[in-house]
Amino acid sequence: MTRPLLRVRDLRTWIDTGDAVVRAVDGVSFDVGHGETFALLGESGCGKSMTALSVMRLLPDAGSIVGGSVELDERDLLQLPEAEMRNIRGRRIAMIFQEPMLSLNPVMTAGENIAETLGRHTGLAGAALEARVLALLDAVHMPDAARRRHEYPFQLSGGMKQRVMIAMALACDPELLIADEPTTALDVTIQAEVLDLLRELQKSRRMSLMLITHDLGVVAEMAHRVAVMYAGEIVETASREAFFARPAHPYSRKLFDSVPAGHKRGEALAVIRGGVPPLTGGFSGCRFAERCDSAWELCRRTAPGWHDAGGGQKARCHLFAPGEKMKEEGGRQKAEGIPARSAGPLHPSSFILHPSSAPLLAVRDLQVHFPVHRGLLKRVVARVKAVDGVSLAIESGRTLGLVGESGCGKTTVGKGILRLVEPTGGEVLFDGADLARLGHGELRSRRKHVQIIFQDPYASLNPRMRVAETLEEGMAALGLGAGRTERQARIDRLLAEVGLSPEVKYRYPHEFSGGQRQRIAIARALSVEPRLIVCDEPTSALDVSVQAQILNLLKELQQKKGLAYLFITHNISVIEFLAHEVAVMYLGRIVEHGMVDEVLGDPKHPYTRALLSAVPVIDQATRRGVIRLQGELPSPVDPPAGCHFHPRCPAAFAPCRQQYPGKTEFTKTHAARCYLYAAPAAEEKA
Amino acid sequence: MMPFLPVVLFTDWLVYLLVAVIAAVAWHVRRHEHLVAPWRRVVRSKSGMVGLVVLAVLVVIGLLDSLHYRPRLGVQQADAKAAYAVDVLSVFDVLSEPLRARREKTYSAPLATELYAKETIELSDGGQAREYPRLQYGGAHLQNPQEDFVADVAKHALTGVASGLFGWLALTIVLCASLAHRHQTRVGESWRRIWCGETEVPWAAILLTSLAILLIAGPAIALGVKYHILGTDKVGQDVLYLALKSIRTGLVIGTLTTLVMLPFAIALGIMAGYFGGWIDDIIQYLYTTLNSIPGVLLIAAAVLMTQVYIDTHPEMFTTTAQRADFRLLFLCIILGVTSWTSLCRLLRGETLKLKELEYIQAAHAFGVRHLRIVTRHVLPNVMHIVLISVVMEFSGLVLAEAVLSYVGVGVDPSMISFGTMINNARLEMAREPMVWWSLAAAFIFMFALVLSANLFADAVRDAFDPRIRSRTLTPARLRELAAGSGGRGAERAA
Repeated sequence: MTRPLLRVRDLRTWIDTGDAVVRAVDGVSFDVGHGETFALLGESGCGKSMTALSVMRLLPDAGSIVGGSVELDERDLLQLPEAEMRNIRGRRIAMIFQEPMLSLNPVMTAGENIAETLGRHTGLAGAALEARVLALLDAVHMPDAARRRHEYPFQLSGGMKQRVMIAMALACDPELLIADEPTTALDVTIQAEVLDLLRELQKSRRMSLMLITHDLGVVAEMAHRVAVMYAGEIVETASREAFFARPAHPYSRKLFDSVPAGHKRGEALAVIRGGVPPLTGGFSGCRFAERCDSAWELCRRTAPGWHDAGGGQKARCHLFAPGEKMKEEGGRQKAEGIPARSAGPLHPSSFILHPSSAPLLAVRDLQVHFPVHRGLLKRVVARVKAVDGVSLAIESGRTLGLVGESGCGKTTVGKGILRLVEPTGGEVLFDGADLARLGHGELRSRRKHVQIIFQDPYASLNPRMRVAETLEEGMAALGLGAGRTERQARIDRLLAEVGLSPEVKYRYPHEFSGGQRQRIAIARALSVEPRLIVCDEPTSALDVSVQAQILNLLKELQQKKGLAYLFITHNISVIEFLAHEVAVMYLGRIVEHGMVDEVLGDPKHPYTRALLSAVPVIDQATRRGVIRLQGELPSPVDPPAGCHFHPRCPAAFAPCRQQYPGKTEFTKTHAARCYLYAAPAAEEKA
Repeated sequence: MMPFLPVVLFTDWLVYLLVAVIAAVAWHVRRHEHLVAPWRRVVRSKSGMVGLVVLAVLVVIGLLDSLHYRPRLGVQQADAKAAYAVDVLSVFDVLSEPLRARREKTYSAPLATELYAKETIELSDGGQAREYPRLQYGGAHLQNPQEDFVADVAKHALTGVASGLFGWLALTIVLCASLAHRHQTRVGESWRRIWCGETEVPWAAILLTSLAILLIAGPAIALGVKYHILGTDKVGQDVLYLALKSIRTGLVIGTLTTLVMLPFAIALGIMAGYFGGWIDDIIQYLYTTLNSIPGVLLIAAAVLMTQVYIDTHPEMFTTTAQRADFRLLFLCIILGVTSWTSLCRLLRGETLKLKELEYIQAAHAFGVRHLRIVTRHVLPNVMHIVLISVVMEFSGLVLAEAVLSYVGVGVDPSMISFGTMINNARLEMAREPMVWWSLAAAFIFMFALVLSANLFADAVRDAFDPRIRSRTLTPARLRELAAGSGGRGAERAA
């Protein structure tokens, strides 16, 4: 076997948070071979980023490496003096970070940002340096590179910034590229491009890539080998094929089970009970034992060593211990035989169409335009058409998924319905009353029917208010519940409904994990007994296993209370799992609308197709070819004439540039706005 | 009949109010775990606690100096109407009676037994001689100053050091005992834990600071009753007394100004940020305009107007202390009016950020009223900024008073303050031989006040600023801990 490029052995990194010492990385060992893509997979807080930063020796001030070795070509990086380490960073190991906004110096142009690294390591200068910068930008497929390199980061879009970041990392032809969640902050279509680019560069340069991610789909598309990290240690290593064919460790299996998907619609998602144990103390047994369904006594007593699960796959689990009287297959069966659900299967009746007379909410031609002020007198010079004529309808007990990339206006639709931003036109009919035109007093009396759940569980609760005060606020403001005692009883009931114990109501938000906070936020929305809840990406800041819990909860509540959801998200698999109908938004307008199976199974609009094709999928057999979109999302201040999508559309033709296409209905429920299907109608007119 | 008439000056009212507010806030904070947490971090900071100890001593002096009264005059018949002195004294004045009452004729150097300048003295034989006359009080107990001086000073100083040490030991033992009681350990054990730095509160640093203070205060008191340890000024007042009296002026300016400015800054800042639109525009124009007027000009104009008002309404002010106090109050107000802008700007920015946060959006979705959102959601979440800026501003205001009084638009000339001391020192530095001790005393005391306030302010900022999270262990110590926890042998993954 050839020597690996990077060899990490028993790496231990501790972080002093001021209150306690966190053992973020606790004895991690792995190899990255030449020209290999090694994926480190794990949920937030498991120590995967700290592992990468330890390899680079770029730990935050509070962290230090307390043991182990990191060898690059047989040289221990941890023993090198800082000056020598600087020659290695950027030159032999380069890194790309998650947030492209924060990784570029905003007062330097894109070219200067790249030239800085180059100049430091190669000593190039003048014209040679310029030429090399240009070559790099071309290599990362930067459109119009010669002009773009003189632009500042704020003039570039997110995808372009990430390209500049990659160009910077590639500047000195590093042998190892560490990519820490390189696409998490990007939209799916851009993510697909960036992943393509990384794959291509890795192949053409024979570079090793260490990819850190929480996304199984990204791993499936990119990795050669996978390591799963849990609570500071690696619990499973395998080749990609083996890993996706049959994950060995119970934790890995649970991860797979908790990913939402269309075929799991009728049932509850598998959840991992409990939470990640605190990393502040030592462990006596297996770290996953408390949450594991197949754990037995031995697991709590002795920490498992590495056991072979066959085919080069290894897991840190007693199930695969040869001495455990269970053959490898036996262990596997034991692990598989355990029922994977902790919540009971949901009754499929919730997916039978309820024949209902009138929709609960009908939005007609909603417009939200934000004026752009300029000059001394603050005159309106332009309007940002965030939402420009959106119509949709939701019946009670049903979920409408609203999908689109960031900046398409989907969040504004949700806020416009609740009048958190003032709509500038259109109607929001709820129960016969137009919410968009009600006076403040009348609106307040109807506030209780429509509520909202937000994305960020950390920003959605006031850190200075106890849970009980947070839950009581809405009831008090809307005059629900007669007295204090009645409200307190309701609070207890609400907490029980969202799966929390009533004792937590005297605690402050900082004592809860992200998933628990989201439960509290749901309880707050439920506190006024709404009939419609706008869910604004409620799970996109959560880990997969926590997301599964929240999705199950939302589904269960819908069944029990007949709630209607407007579910806003960019995550297609969540929509597949949860929604009945789906609407796809592009630049302030809905381009396609229909039942979930219709839209996701047979997408008509070119944008929907491109969007769906860009989603990384776990099962590589069902992979569609990625449809690449040209250019970036246009500005909503000045949308393109005609169909908004035509400048990026692979199928655009003449009429697309003239006028916005009308609605074409394929079935009673499925419709799209595209000239590709409007031919008969157009002919009729002509 | 009362042997004295209590006098409560304007600034005294406000000082009492401030103490009451602080007490109420402290009570409120103690009952809320999330509010106590950052204060725990303050209490854990060594430099912060050192600053706090020094500051506490100075604040106690200032508070004692804020309890004013007028003593009764003479012995009278029971039925006669009581007559009270025109001088307003404070409790601190009584405690420092030896310093206040022993007035020399004019300048004398620190610890001197004679005046600083030669005077012509008529001898008993009718001739005249120029020599340094003995002081009336300073070292007056010495028969033969040339020979006894050193021994006498040493004797008093040693007595002071000894009593300081004794006091400190007593303090330490009481502390050890109370800690032992609280943690149910022996006194010896808590002694060891204090000095090994194993206590959560850095008691070792606090005790060492107290030791330093007591070692200075002990000899100062012992010597102070016999000598003028920091000399006397032009009219023979003890400079130590002046410096101690200046502390109250400094504290009043530093705290009351903030009290005046806070309502403006908080209300306008939050309104500008929360409501935006034209309200934001008006408030921004207001503070931009106010900011562009030179502050000193505004202050000078306001103070001069106040002076005119005082002069034309003598009936309102029965004593000079009241006149001086009124002017001090006005100085606080005008300093407050000119200094709220920066905090206002900070709060506006923070509110702009907060109002987009989701819990405030959720409150809107419930139809919660604006006032309630501001008081329940916005205000509690900007209080850390208010606190940080108040403690940071304090030292700046103390220094501003000194500068303004030096320029002549500060406090009343009859009011003792660091500024007036420095102002007087201007002439003293110009004479030959130079009188340096006034300026030095003002400098040392002001330095102690400002430095301790700054140290404390730094600790408060570190504890409350969410962006600052400092580590408590060194990397080397972390490694030791890791080695101690028994590193497992390298496990082979691949």
